[in-house]
Amino acid sequence: MQPKTLEQILEGRRSQPNQLIEVLQDVQRTFGYISQDTMRTVSQNLGVPLIEVYRVASFYKAFRLKPSGKYVLTFCTGTACHVRNANLLLDQATSYLGVQPGEVTTDGQFSIEHVNCLGACALGPIVTEDGSYHHHMTPAKLRKLIETIRNQKTEVK
Amino acid sequence: MPKLNSARELEHLRERLRQQRQNITKTVMVGGGTCCQASGSRAVIDAVRNELSRQGLEQTIRLCVTGCHGFCEQDPVIVIEPGNIFYCHVSPEDAFEIVYQTVMKGELIERLLYTDPVSGEKCQTETEIPFYKAQDRQVLSQNRMVDPCSIEDYIVAGGYSALARVLNNGITPDKIIKEIKESGLRGRGGGGFPTGRKWQECCEAPGDEKYVICNADEGDPGAYMDRCVLEGNPQLVLEGMMIGGRAVGAHKGYIYVRNEYPLAVEHSRTAVEQARELGLLGNNILGSSFSFDVDIARGGGAFVCGESTALMASVEGKVGEPRAKDVHTVVDGLYHKATTLNNVETWANVPSIILNGSSWFASKGTKGSKGTKILALAGRIKNTGLVEVAMGMSIHEVVFNIGGGAVDGKMIKAVQIGGPSGGCLPVEKFNLPIDFDILADAGSMVGSGGMVVMDERSCMVDVAKYFLNFLQDESCGKCVPCRLGIDRMLEIITDITEGRGKLEQLGLLEELAETVSETALCGLGKTAPNPVLTTLRYFHQEYEAHINERRCPSGVCKALITYWIDPDKCTGCGVCLRGCVHGAITGEKNQQHVIDVHLCQKCGICRSECKFDAIQVVSENEVSRCSST
Repeated sequence: MQPKTLEQILEGRRSQPNQLIEVLQDVQRTFGYISQDTMRTVSQNLGVPLIEVYRVASFYKAFRLKPSGKYVLTFCTGTACHVRNANLLLDQATSYLGVQPGEVTTDGQFSIEHVNCLGACALGPIVTEDGSYHHHMTPAKLRKLIETIRNQKTEVK
Repeated sequence: MPKLNSARELEHLRERLRQQRQNITKTVMVGGGTCCQASGSRAVIDAVRNELSRQGLEQTIRLCVTGCHGFCEQDPVIVIEPGNIFYCHVSPEDAFEIVYQTVMKGELIERLLYTDPVSGEKCQTETEIPFYKAQDRQVLSQNRMVDPCSIEDYIVAGGYSALARVLNNGITPDKIIKEIKESGLRGRGGGGFPTGRKWQECCEAPGDEKYVICNADEGDPGAYMDRCVLEGNPQLVLEGMMIGGRAVGAHKGYIYVRNEYPLAVEHSRTAVEQARELGLLGNNILGSSFSFDVDIARGGGAFVCGESTALMASVEGKVGEPRAKDVHTVVDGLYHKATTLNNVETWANVPSIILNGSSWFASKGTKGSKGTKILALAGRIKNTGLVEVAMGMSIHEVVFNIGGGAVDGKMIKAVQIGGPSGGCLPVEKFNLPIDFDILADAGSMVGSGGMVVMDERSCMVDVAKYFLNFLQDESCGKCVPCRLGIDRMLEIITDITEGRGKLEQLGLLEELAETVSETALCGLGKTAPNPVLTTLRYFHQEYEAHINERRCPSGVCKALITYWIDPDKCTGCGVCLRGCVHGAITGEKNQQHVIDVHLCQKCGICRSECKFDAIQVVSENEVSRCSST
């Protein structure tokens, strides 16, 4: 079961410094990023110095220290996707949404991430959004995907 | 299910499960791995399941959701046994026909059969398909018939027989190690270190507390066999780890798996839980004196954590930085205890070596590289997917016979083997076999087995730049040669790709590359210059064209190219104009369009979208010629 609070994440892991990465993984997954307050609580509960928590949180790419957009578009830039023009997609996304990888659009809706390989190399280039994989992507398909996500949002409203 | 207390009980369970399945007349196997799901296999699975229940066939027809079948380009795929019928690119709408026509009546559905792109003929069965025919599937053999979330499936397929033999037939740790040594198994993760020797050193290391680790931090871009094995058959990996644990005297194991592989994380967790329930993990396994347990540790998305010492630091919850290996990890590893770390594929090879004997394994492959190797074929090639072949097969056979050769009528130029630690080999070197030592002599490496095929559209200087960018981003920064050496190499290569290169820089680049490979702290740093060194060695003329003529022969390097619309081909359809976010394209409907070179960012989106091939890439120095026409 997916934990919902920091309390639940820390349950059974207190005073175990080796659980630091596992705890941060769950924090990242539950809250979307790791805040300073969370780092402090984790530091106290696991018995790991705050500087070490920050060091680990900033070292690994899986962790974000700032909130991300509501929808995160992740671009695979692995070798297989690269030779099939994954850079076109990143170019398209950055210019279409007006943000660079790691940034959030001003309306807080979209952010762009890139990842070194998602392991679906045969189907590249790959873009993922909310756990679903979009394969053999082209700039046109990407624009459509972004628009579909935008429209879904207005429908929900 | 009650815990199994002996090898006999395991055999009883196997027999009982097989009997329970006797009334099953047909099995419909659908791939449910990451690639398959990306292609929409979940909807296909649901549709087939609904159809089977609608027709009241659940008791006699088994729907088996398996891991990746390996022929990812054709996903979603369905295999129906008996009959070995192979359907590709299946959609949920096909479910009724598949169940009614093929499963019930035994008739083939012509349009879902695979068409061989070379001969143009339809293949009725999976074994007929050239992609599979040339392969020798050992590690992947169960992937197509085992549900990764069902330990019963694995047991029915003969699983845990090797463990039972080790524990109940008195095969001592010494004998296991001897068997692995004689098999000639070498590490599948990249290094190619003899596995048996590693185990022996760990076994002989002092201390009672030891660990085994499965390295599933497959960070090499372009390789995904470990994901596929762990995701598709996690029990096989667990069984290998248990035998390894027994051999070296460990009671605890870890699977360190990339967090970017959510399905592999989920399936390995389920596998561990199921094995614990049956007592295959825990105390006194199968009534023996051997106790062993496994935990899952998730990686944090750092490429360097594929390096053994960095990985162990990461399992301990620390920053994944490598350390000097003056004392090897087999003596001083995880928590300063003796630790055996092997890659997923290496562990997965162990059970069959124990069952079939070392001479069986050693009968495949070459003198120095035994057994089979899984390769991930990707890039500009017809058949992409996972390929398992006996070591020693030539690159040419893999790329052309199995991979089907080039796409879009282009010429294949190179293959990048072994990820960022490997190198690019030109077509002239395609006669080389897949062999640890021979590929290393050629400047590349088998590595984890990623093979990315490139054609004339890839610029090899840009490829070298891509890997340096990757490595600069991923370098942990602990040692100077890697941290600064890669930076400086990237500077030089960037100069070259942007037209500022000088010929004398090539010598400096080579010198830097050699210095980094000699002095970096860890294996990843030492092999980091390989992409630069191999492209310099085999594609020197491309570097020279960039420097001497300020020309990128493949039309990739942005600073050296200009986009231009061919007036003879442009129909004025307006697709490029709408696609250009920079507003660089103008033109009336049905009139010729023009690119404003001052606004153009050279992203290439217009070119990828033009259906008439009207947008051309020309060298900077050809611009005047184009504008005058």
